[in-house]
Amino acid sequence: MCLGIPGEIVEFMDDRPDLAKVDVSGVKRAINIGLLEDEKLEPGDWVLIHVGFALSKIDEEEAKAALDFLEGIGQAYADELAALADSKIE
Amino acid sequence: MRFVDEFRDAEKAQALAAQIAALCEPGRQYKFMEVCGGHTHTIYKHGLEDYLPESITLVHGPGCPVCVIPMGRVDDAIFIAQQPDVIMTSFGDMMRVPGSNGAFFDATARGADIRMVYSPLDSLKIAKQNPDKRVVFMAIGFETTAPSSAMTVLRAKAVGIENFSIFCNHVTIIPAIKAILDSPDLRLDGFIGPGHVSTVIGCRPYEFIARDYGKPLVCAGFEPLDLLQSIYMLMLQLQEGRSEVENQYSRVVPWDGNLKALEVINEVMELRPYFEWRGLGFISHSALRVREEYASFDAERQFLVPGVRVADPKACQCGEVLKGVLKPWECKVFGTACTPETPIGTCMVSPEGACAAYYNFGRFTRERVKEATRS
Ligand code: SF4
Repeated sequence: MCLGIPGEIVEFMDDRPDLAKVDVSGVKRAINIGLLEDEKLEPGDWVLIHVGFALSKIDEEEAKAALDFLEGIGQAYADELAALADSKIE
Repeated sequence: MRFVDEFRDAEKAQALAAQIAALCEPGRQYKFMEVCGGHTHTIYKHGLEDYLPESITLVHGPGCPVCVIPMGRVDDAIFIAQQPDVIMTSFGDMMRVPGSNGAFFDATARGADIRMVYSPLDSLKIAKQNPDKRVVFMAIGFETTAPSSAMTVLRAKAVGIENFSIFCNHVTIIPAIKAILDSPDLRLDGFIGPGHVSTVIGCRPYEFIARDYGKPLVCAGFEPLDLLQSIYMLMLQLQEGRSEVENQYSRVVPWDGNLKALEVINEVMELRPYFEWRGLGFISHSALRVREEYASFDAERQFLVPGVRVADPKACQCGEVLKGVLKPWECKVFGTACTPETPIGTCMVSPEGACAAYYNFGRFTRERVKEATRS
Protein backbone atom coordinates (compact mmCIF):
# COMPACT_ATOMS: atom_id res chain seq x y z
CA MET A 1 0.00 0.00 0.00
CA CYS A 2 2.86 2.38 0.73
CA LEU A 3 4.73 1.49 -2.44
CA GLY A 4 4.58 4.04 -5.19
CA ILE A 5 4.68 2.15 -8.48
CA PRO A 6 5.52 3.74 -11.82
CA GLY A 7 3.16 3.25 -14.74
CA GLU A 8 3.21 4.43 -18.32
CA ILE A 9 0.06 6.01 -19.63
CA VAL A 10 -1.11 4.08 -22.66
CA GLU A 11 -4.63 5.36 -23.29
CA PHE A 12 -7.20 7.88 -22.17
CA MET A 13 -10.91 7.22 -22.00
CA ASP A 14 -13.16 9.64 -23.87
CA ASP A 15 -16.11 9.37 -21.54
CA ARG A 16 -14.05 9.46 -18.33
CA PRO A 17 -11.45 12.24 -18.27
CA ASP A 18 -10.46 11.25 -14.71
CA LEU A 19 -9.28 7.77 -15.77
CA ALA A 20 -6.38 6.49 -17.85
CA LYS A 21 -5.12 3.08 -18.78
CA VAL A 22 -1.54 2.51 -17.60
CA ASP A 23 1.04 -0.20 -18.11
CA VAL A 24 2.85 -1.28 -14.95
CA SER A 25 5.43 -3.99 -15.65
CA GLY A 26 3.13 -5.39 -18.34
CA VAL A 27 -0.04 -5.23 -16.24
CA LYS A 28 -2.51 -2.90 -17.95
CA ARG A 29 -5.22 -1.42 -15.75
CA ALA A 30 -7.28 1.73 -15.39
CA ILE A 31 -6.20 4.20 -12.73
CA ASN A 32 -7.51 7.56 -11.61
CA ILE A 33 -5.57 10.62 -12.78
CA GLY A 34 -7.83 13.24 -11.21
CA LEU A 35 -5.11 14.39 -8.80
CA LEU A 36 -2.91 15.37 -11.74
CA GLU A 37 -5.53 17.33 -13.65
CA ASP A 38 -3.21 20.36 -13.94
CA GLU A 39 -0.40 18.32 -15.51
CA LYS A 40 -1.58 17.89 -19.12
CA LEU A 41 -0.72 14.21 -19.31
CA GLU A 42 -0.15 12.47 -22.62
CA PRO A 43 0.25 8.84 -23.70
CA GLY A 44 3.85 7.81 -23.03
CA ASP A 45 4.06 9.92 -19.86
CA TRP A 46 5.03 8.18 -16.64
CA VAL A 47 3.26 8.60 -13.32
CA LEU A 48 3.81 7.32 -9.81
CA ILE A 49 0.75 5.40 -8.64
CA HIS A 50 -0.49 4.85 -5.11
CA VAL A 51 -3.56 2.66 -4.48
CA GLY A 52 -4.99 3.33 -7.92
CA PHE A 53 -4.33 7.06 -8.08
CA ALA A 54 -1.53 8.83 -9.96
CA LEU A 55 0.11 11.12 -7.42
CA SER A 56 2.96 12.64 -9.40
CA LYS A 57 4.33 12.81 -12.89
CA ILE A 58 7.88 11.50 -13.26
CA ASP A 59 10.32 11.29 -16.15
CA GLU A 60 11.17 8.09 -17.94
CA GLU A 61 14.59 7.77 -16.39
CA GLU A 62 13.16 8.02 -12.90
CA ALA A 63 10.48 5.49 -13.81
CA LYS A 64 13.11 3.00 -15.00
CA ALA A 65 15.19 3.49 -11.86
CA ALA A 66 12.12 3.07 -9.66
CA LEU A 67 11.16 -0.12 -11.53
CA ASP A 68 14.64 -1.57 -11.12
CA PHE A 69 14.43 -0.81 -7.45
CA LEU A 70 10.96 -2.33 -7.05
CA GLU A 71 11.91 -5.46 -8.95
CA GLY A 72 14.83 -5.78 -6.55
CA ILE A 73 12.63 -5.74 -3.46
CA GLY A 74 10.83 -8.89 -4.57
CA GLN A 75 7.77 -10.05 -2.69
CA ALA A 76 6.34 -6.68 -1.67
CA TYR A 77 6.30 -5.53 -5.30
CA ALA A 78 4.94 -8.86 -6.51
CA ASP A 79 2.08 -8.50 -4.01
CA GLU A 80 1.38 -4.94 -5.11
CA LEU A 81 1.33 -5.98 -8.79
CA ALA A 82 -0.96 -8.91 -8.04
CA ALA A 83 -3.31 -6.55 -6.21
CA LEU A 84 -3.23 -4.15 -9.15
CA ALA A 85 -3.97 -7.01 -11.54
CA ASP A 86 -7.11 -7.81 -9.49
CA SER A 87 -8.20 -4.22 -9.56
CA LYS A 88 -11.16 -3.13 -11.68
CA ILE A 89 -11.26 0.60 -11.21
CA GLU A 90 -14.04 2.38 -13.05
CA MET B 1 31.99 -5.51 2.47
CA ARG B 2 31.43 -9.08 1.48
CA PHE B 3 28.55 -9.38 3.95
CA VAL B 4 26.66 -6.62 2.25
CA ASP B 5 24.00 -7.29 -0.35
CA GLU B 6 25.20 -6.28 -3.76
CA PHE B 7 23.25 -3.56 -5.41
CA ARG B 8 23.50 -1.39 -8.45
CA ASP B 9 26.22 1.20 -8.19
CA ALA B 10 27.96 -0.32 -5.21
CA GLU B 11 31.02 1.68 -6.19
CA LYS B 12 29.17 4.97 -6.09
CA ALA B 13 27.82 3.94 -2.72
CA GLN B 14 31.28 3.37 -1.40
CA ALA B 15 32.45 6.72 -2.74
CA LEU B 16 29.54 8.43 -1.00
CA ALA B 17 30.25 6.50 2.17
CA ALA B 18 33.82 7.80 2.09
CA GLN B 19 32.58 11.37 1.70
CA ILE B 20 30.22 10.86 4.63
CA ALA B 21 33.01 9.45 6.76
CA ALA B 22 35.18 12.46 5.94
CA LEU B 23 32.51 14.75 7.41
CA CYS B 24 32.39 12.95 10.77
CA GLU B 25 33.91 14.94 13.60
CA PRO B 26 36.10 12.70 15.73
CA GLY B 27 34.38 11.71 18.96
CA ARG B 28 30.95 12.93 17.85
CA GLN B 29 27.97 10.55 17.57
CA TYR B 30 25.25 11.18 14.99
CA LYS B 31 21.69 9.95 15.11
CA PHE B 32 19.35 10.38 12.15
CA MET B 33 15.75 9.22 12.02
CA GLU B 34 14.29 7.86 8.81
CA VAL B 35 10.63 8.72 9.24
CA CYS B 36 9.27 6.46 6.52
CA GLY B 37 8.92 2.69 6.72
CA GLY B 38 9.88 2.40 3.05
CA HIS B 39 13.30 3.77 3.96
CA THR B 40 13.63 1.33 6.84
CA HIS B 41 12.98 -1.44 4.35
CA THR B 42 15.75 -0.22 2.00
CA ILE B 43 18.22 0.25 4.85
CA TYR B 44 17.86 -3.31 6.10
CA LYS B 45 17.47 -4.91 2.73
CA HIS B 46 20.76 -3.44 1.48
CA GLY B 47 22.61 -3.41 4.76
CA LEU B 48 23.15 0.33 4.38
CA GLU B 49 24.26 0.78 7.96
CA ASP B 50 27.30 -1.28 7.11
CA TYR B 51 28.39 1.37 4.63
CA LEU B 52 28.27 4.08 7.27
CA PRO B 53 30.89 5.01 9.84
CA GLU B 54 30.12 3.56 13.27
CA SER B 55 29.48 6.99 14.70
CA ILE B 56 26.32 7.31 12.58
CA THR B 57 23.20 5.54 13.81
CA LEU B 58 19.94 5.37 11.89
CA VAL B 59 16.82 5.12 14.01
CA HIS B 60 13.45 4.15 12.64
CA GLY B 61 10.51 6.46 12.88
CA PRO B 62 6.73 6.17 13.08
CA GLY B 63 6.12 6.30 9.33
CA CYS B 64 4.49 2.94 8.80
CA PRO B 65 0.75 3.60 8.77
CA VAL B 66 -0.18 0.00 9.46
CA CYS B 67 2.10 -0.02 12.50
CA VAL B 68 0.46 2.92 14.22
CA ILE B 69 -3.20 1.76 14.05
CA PRO B 70 -4.20 1.15 17.68
CA MET B 71 -5.90 -2.05 18.84
CA GLY B 72 -9.16 -0.25 19.58
CA ARG B 73 -9.54 0.90 15.97
CA VAL B 74 -9.00 -2.66 14.68
CA ASP B 75 -11.69 -3.80 17.13
CA ASP B 76 -14.04 -1.06 15.92
CA ALA B 77 -13.46 -2.05 12.30
CA ILE B 78 -14.23 -5.69 13.11
CA PHE B 79 -17.34 -4.55 14.96
CA ILE B 80 -18.51 -2.78 11.80
CA ALA B 81 -17.65 -5.82 9.67
CA GLN B 82 -19.83 -7.98 11.90
CA GLN B 83 -22.96 -5.88 11.48
CA PRO B 84 -25.70 -7.32 9.25
CA ASP B 85 -25.24 -6.88 5.50
CA VAL B 86 -21.83 -5.30 5.76
CA ILE B 87 -18.91 -5.92 3.42
CA MET B 88 -15.69 -4.53 4.87
CA THR B 89 -12.92 -3.82 2.37
CA SER B 90 -9.29 -3.25 3.19
CA PHE B 91 -5.76 -3.07 1.80
CA GLY B 92 -4.02 -6.42 2.18
CA ASP B 93 -1.50 -4.87 4.61
CA MET B 94 -4.20 -4.49 7.22
CA MET B 95 -5.39 -8.10 7.28
CA ARG B 96 -2.97 -9.34 9.95
CA VAL B 97 -2.86 -6.31 12.22
CA PRO B 98 -3.88 -7.60 15.62
CA GLY B 99 -6.81 -6.18 17.58
CA SER B 100 -7.67 -7.32 21.08
CA ASN B 101 -9.62 -10.25 19.66
CA GLY B 102 -7.62 -11.14 16.59
CA ALA B 103 -7.09 -9.51 13.23
CA PHE B 104 -9.27 -9.16 10.11
CA PHE B 105 -8.19 -12.62 9.00
CA ASP B 106 -9.55 -14.13 12.22
CA ALA B 107 -12.80 -12.19 11.88
CA THR B 108 -13.17 -13.57 8.35
CA ALA B 109 -12.85 -17.07 9.74
CA ARG B 110 -15.65 -16.23 12.17
CA GLY B 111 -17.91 -15.29 9.27
CA ALA B 112 -17.33 -11.58 8.67
CA ASP B 113 -17.18 -10.57 5.01
CA ILE B 114 -13.86 -8.75 4.76
CA ARG B 115 -12.36 -8.41 1.31
CA MET B 116 -8.95 -7.23 0.19
CA VAL B 117 -8.89 -4.48 -2.39
CA TYR B 118 -6.13 -2.68 -4.24
CA SER B 119 -7.79 0.72 -4.22
CA PRO B 120 -10.70 2.45 -2.48
CA LEU B 121 -12.17 2.70 -6.00
CA ASP B 122 -12.37 -1.10 -6.07
CA SER B 123 -14.31 -0.87 -2.85
CA LEU B 124 -16.68 1.62 -4.47
CA LYS B 125 -17.21 -0.81 -7.32
CA ILE B 126 -18.13 -3.56 -4.85
CA ALA B 127 -20.70 -1.17 -3.38
CA LYS B 128 -22.17 -0.55 -6.81
CA GLN B 129 -22.39 -4.28 -7.50
CA ASN B 130 -23.99 -5.04 -4.12
CA PRO B 131 -26.73 -2.44 -3.68
CA ASP B 132 -28.34 -4.43 -0.85
CA LYS B 133 -25.13 -4.43 1.21
CA ARG B 134 -23.38 -1.68 3.11
CA VAL B 135 -19.80 -1.50 1.90
CA VAL B 136 -17.19 0.06 4.16
CA PHE B 137 -13.62 0.89 3.21
CA MET B 138 -11.00 0.66 5.97
CA ALA B 139 -9.14 3.86 5.15
CA ILE B 140 -5.60 3.93 6.49
CA GLY B 141 -2.38 5.68 5.64
CA PHE B 142 -0.65 9.03 5.74
CA GLU B 143 -1.10 11.83 3.23
CA THR B 144 -0.08 9.45 0.43
CA THR B 145 -3.38 7.56 0.63
CA ALA B 146 -5.70 10.17 2.19
CA PRO B 147 -6.34 11.92 -1.15
CA SER B 148 -7.41 8.59 -2.67
CA SER B 149 -10.00 8.02 0.04
CA ALA B 150 -11.23 11.60 -0.32
CA MET B 151 -11.47 11.31 -4.12
CA THR B 152 -13.43 8.07 -3.74
CA VAL B 153 -15.94 9.75 -1.43
CA LEU B 154 -16.33 12.57 -3.94
CA ARG B 155 -16.88 10.04 -6.71
CA ALA B 156 -19.43 8.11 -4.63
CA LYS B 157 -21.32 11.33 -4.08
CA ALA B 158 -21.12 12.37 -7.73
CA VAL B 159 -22.51 9.08 -9.03
CA GLY B 160 -24.95 8.62 -6.15
CA ILE B 161 -23.63 5.41 -4.61
CA GLU B 162 -25.24 5.58 -1.19
CA ASN B 163 -24.27 2.25 0.33
CA PHE B 164 -20.58 3.18 0.55
CA SER B 165 -18.68 4.68 3.46
CA ILE B 166 -15.13 4.90 4.75
CA PHE B 167 -13.89 4.11 8.24
CA CYS B 168 -11.39 6.90 8.37
CA ASN B 169 -8.08 6.21 10.11
CA HIS B 170 -5.89 8.54 8.10
CA VAL B 171 -3.04 10.03 10.06
CA THR B 172 -0.84 13.03 9.37
CA ILE B 173 2.92 12.90 9.51
CA ILE B 174 3.84 16.31 10.91
CA PRO B 175 2.30 15.91 14.41
CA ALA B 176 4.02 12.54 14.76
CA ILE B 177 7.40 14.09 13.98
CA LYS B 178 6.64 16.88 16.42
CA ALA B 179 5.73 14.37 19.14
CA ILE B 180 9.08 12.70 18.60
CA LEU B 181 10.93 16.01 18.71
CA ASP B 182 9.17 16.83 21.98
CA SER B 183 9.79 13.43 23.54
CA PRO B 184 12.53 13.56 26.15
CA ASP B 185 13.85 10.05 25.41
CA LEU B 186 15.52 10.81 22.17
CA ARG B 187 18.23 13.10 20.92
CA LEU B 188 18.33 13.31 17.13
CA ASP B 189 20.67 15.18 14.83
CA GLY B 190 18.40 15.27 11.81
CA PHE B 191 15.72 13.60 9.75
CA ILE B 192 15.57 11.66 6.53
CA GLY B 193 12.21 12.96 5.32
CA PRO B 194 9.56 10.68 3.82
CA GLY B 195 9.59 10.63 0.03
CA HIS B 196 6.07 9.77 -1.00
CA VAL B 197 4.18 11.62 1.71
CA SER B 198 6.09 14.67 0.53
CA THR B 199 4.79 14.31 -3.03
CA VAL B 200 1.49 15.37 -1.48
CA ILE B 201 2.42 17.78 1.33
CA GLY B 202 5.60 19.13 -0.28
CA CYS B 203 8.63 20.30 1.72
CA ARG B 204 7.30 23.44 3.36
CA PRO B 205 5.49 21.78 6.31
CA TYR B 206 8.86 20.54 7.59
CA GLU B 207 10.33 24.02 7.87
CA PHE B 208 9.49 24.37 11.58
CA ILE B 209 11.77 21.39 12.30
CA ALA B 210 14.76 23.27 10.91
CA ARG B 211 13.69 26.67 12.20
CA ASP B 212 12.31 25.93 15.67
CA TYR B 213 14.18 22.75 16.59
CA GLY B 214 17.41 23.43 14.73
CA LYS B 215 17.40 20.00 13.03
CA PRO B 216 18.09 19.51 9.34
CA LEU B 217 15.69 17.43 7.25
CA VAL B 218 16.31 16.02 3.79
CA CYS B 219 13.43 14.55 1.76
CA ALA B 220 14.83 11.34 0.33
CA GLY B 221 14.13 8.83 -2.41
CA PHE B 222 13.97 5.10 -1.81
CA GLU B 223 17.01 3.68 -3.51
CA PRO B 224 20.17 2.93 -1.54
CA LEU B 225 22.05 5.74 -3.26
CA ASP B 226 19.24 8.20 -2.50
CA LEU B 227 19.55 7.41 1.17
CA LEU B 228 23.32 7.67 1.24
CA GLN B 229 23.15 10.95 -0.64
CA SER B 230 20.59 12.26 1.86
CA ILE B 231 22.78 11.27 4.78
CA TYR B 232 25.65 13.08 3.08
CA MET B 233 23.46 16.19 2.72
CA LEU B 234 22.52 16.01 6.41
CA MET B 235 26.16 15.64 7.45
CA LEU B 236 27.17 18.57 5.27
CA GLN B 237 24.53 20.76 6.88
CA LEU B 238 25.76 19.80 10.35
CA GLN B 239 29.35 20.47 9.42
CA GLU B 240 28.48 23.87 8.01
CA GLY B 241 26.29 24.66 11.00
CA ARG B 242 23.10 24.87 8.92
CA SER B 243 19.67 23.44 9.66
CA GLU B 244 17.49 23.56 6.58
CA VAL B 245 14.92 21.55 4.70
CA GLU B 246 16.46 20.14 1.54
CA ASN B 247 14.98 18.00 -1.20
CA GLN B 248 17.15 15.13 -2.41
CA TYR B 249 14.14 13.60 -4.21
CA SER B 250 13.21 16.64 -6.31
CA ARG B 251 12.83 14.41 -9.36
CA VAL B 252 9.58 13.21 -7.76
CA VAL B 253 8.76 15.61 -4.90
CA PRO B 254 7.67 19.13 -5.88
CA TRP B 255 8.57 21.71 -3.23
CA ASP B 256 4.91 22.70 -2.88
CA GLY B 257 3.50 19.19 -3.03
CA ASN B 258 0.34 18.27 -4.93
CA LEU B 259 -2.06 21.16 -4.37
CA LYS B 260 -5.01 19.35 -5.91
CA ALA B 261 -4.51 16.41 -3.53
CA LEU B 262 -4.37 18.75 -0.53
CA GLU B 263 -7.51 20.52 -1.73
CA VAL B 264 -9.39 17.24 -2.07
CA ILE B 265 -8.37 16.05 1.41
CA ASN B 266 -9.47 19.38 2.82
CA GLU B 267 -12.81 19.22 1.04
CA VAL B 268 -13.78 15.85 2.50
CA MET B 269 -11.83 15.62 5.77
CA GLU B 270 -10.85 17.70 8.76
CA LEU B 271 -8.37 17.26 11.60
CA ARG B 272 -9.53 15.34 14.66
CA PRO B 273 -8.82 17.03 18.00
CA TYR B 274 -6.71 14.00 18.92
CA PHE B 275 -6.09 10.41 17.84
CA GLU B 276 -4.44 7.45 19.48
CA TRP B 277 -1.32 6.03 17.79
CA ARG B 278 -0.26 2.53 18.65
CA GLY B 279 2.71 2.73 20.96
CA LEU B 280 2.83 6.52 20.91
CA GLY B 281 -0.41 7.29 22.73
CA PHE B 282 -2.70 10.24 22.01
CA ILE B 283 -1.33 12.94 19.71
CA SER B 284 -3.36 16.07 19.16
CA HIS B 285 -4.48 17.08 15.66
CA SER B 286 -2.71 14.04 14.24
CA ALA B 287 -5.45 12.36 12.23
CA LEU B 288 -8.31 13.06 9.85
CA ARG B 289 -12.02 12.41 10.04
CA VAL B 290 -14.82 12.87 7.54
CA ARG B 291 -16.47 16.29 7.58
CA GLU B 292 -20.10 16.68 8.65
CA GLU B 293 -21.09 17.56 5.05
CA TYR B 294 -20.11 14.02 4.01
CA ALA B 295 -21.61 12.30 7.08
CA SER B 296 -23.45 9.72 4.97
CA PHE B 297 -20.07 8.43 3.75
CA ASP B 298 -18.62 8.25 7.25
CA ALA B 299 -18.74 4.76 8.78
CA GLU B 300 -18.09 6.23 12.21
CA ARG B 301 -21.38 8.11 11.99
CA GLN B 302 -23.25 5.30 10.21
CA PHE B 303 -22.35 2.61 12.73
CA LEU B 304 -22.12 3.33 16.43
CA VAL B 305 -18.63 1.94 16.95
CA PRO B 306 -17.76 1.02 20.53
CA GLY B 307 -14.64 3.22 20.45
CA VAL B 308 -13.13 1.41 23.40
CA ARG B 309 -9.49 2.13 24.08
CA VAL B 310 -7.46 -1.07 24.38
CA ALA B 311 -4.02 -1.02 25.94
CA ASP B 312 -1.18 -2.51 23.91
CA PRO B 313 -0.05 -5.99 25.01
CA LYS B 314 2.39 -5.78 27.91
CA ALA B 315 5.14 -7.64 26.10
CA CYS B 316 5.00 -5.27 23.17
CA GLN B 317 7.60 -2.55 22.85
CA CYS B 318 6.44 -1.15 19.54
CA GLY B 319 6.14 2.32 21.06
CA GLU B 320 9.85 2.43 21.78
CA VAL B 321 10.62 1.01 18.35
CA LEU B 322 8.34 3.56 16.64
CA LYS B 323 10.05 6.38 18.50
CA GLY B 324 13.45 5.02 17.64
CA VAL B 325 14.36 4.51 21.31
CA LEU B 326 14.82 0.76 20.87
CA LYS B 327 16.17 -1.19 17.93
CA PRO B 328 13.79 -4.01 16.89
CA TRP B 329 16.04 -6.77 18.17
CA GLU B 330 16.15 -5.16 21.59
CA CYS B 331 12.46 -5.94 22.15
CA LYS B 332 12.15 -8.89 24.50
CA VAL B 333 9.79 -10.87 22.30
CA PHE B 334 11.48 -10.11 18.97
CA GLY B 335 11.90 -13.22 16.84
CA THR B 336 10.68 -15.50 19.62
CA ALA B 337 7.06 -14.85 20.56
CA CYS B 338 6.76 -12.13 17.91
CA THR B 339 7.43 -13.07 14.28
CA PRO B 340 5.76 -12.09 10.98
CA GLU B 341 3.66 -15.28 11.19
CA THR B 342 2.52 -14.61 14.76
CA PRO B 343 2.88 -10.87 15.27
CA ILE B 344 2.31 -9.44 18.74
CA GLY B 345 3.00 -5.89 17.73
CA THR B 346 2.21 -4.09 14.51
CA CYS B 347 5.82 -3.36 13.53
CA MET B 348 6.11 -7.05 12.72
CA VAL B 349 3.10 -7.06 10.38
CA SER B 350 3.80 -4.77 7.47
CA PRO B 351 6.91 -5.30 5.34
CA GLU B 352 7.62 -1.62 6.06
CA GLY B 353 7.51 -2.14 9.82
CA ALA B 354 10.93 -1.89 11.42
CA CYS B 355 10.65 -5.27 13.16
CA ALA B 356 9.53 -7.12 10.03
CA ALA B 357 12.23 -5.44 7.94
CA TYR B 358 14.87 -6.39 10.45
CA TYR B 359 13.49 -9.91 10.83
CA ASN B 360 13.51 -10.47 7.07
CA PHE B 361 16.79 -8.85 6.14
CA GLY B 362 18.58 -8.19 9.39
CA ARG B 363 21.31 -10.71 8.81
CA PHE B 364 23.58 -8.06 7.35
CA THR B 365 23.37 -5.43 10.04
CA ARG B 366 26.45 -4.03 11.66
CA GLU B 367 26.12 -6.08 14.84
CA ARG B 368 25.78 -9.28 12.89
CA VAL B 369 28.76 -8.46 10.71
CA LYS B 370 30.80 -7.94 13.84
CA GLU B 371 29.60 -11.24 15.28
CA ALA B 372 30.33 -13.04 12.04
CA THR B 373 33.80 -11.63 11.67
CA ARG B 374 34.69 -12.26 15.31
CA SER B 375 34.27 -16.02 15.09
S1 SF4 C 1 9.21 -7.43 18.20
FE1 SF4 C 1 6.97 -7.42 18.05
S2 SF4 C 1 6.25 -6.67 20.03
FE2 SF4 C 1 8.44 -6.18 19.90
S3 SF4 C 1 8.48 -4.09 19.13
FE3 SF4 C 1 8.62 -5.45 17.36
S4 SF4 C 1 6.49 -5.75 16.66
FE4 SF4 C 1 6.41 -4.85 18.74
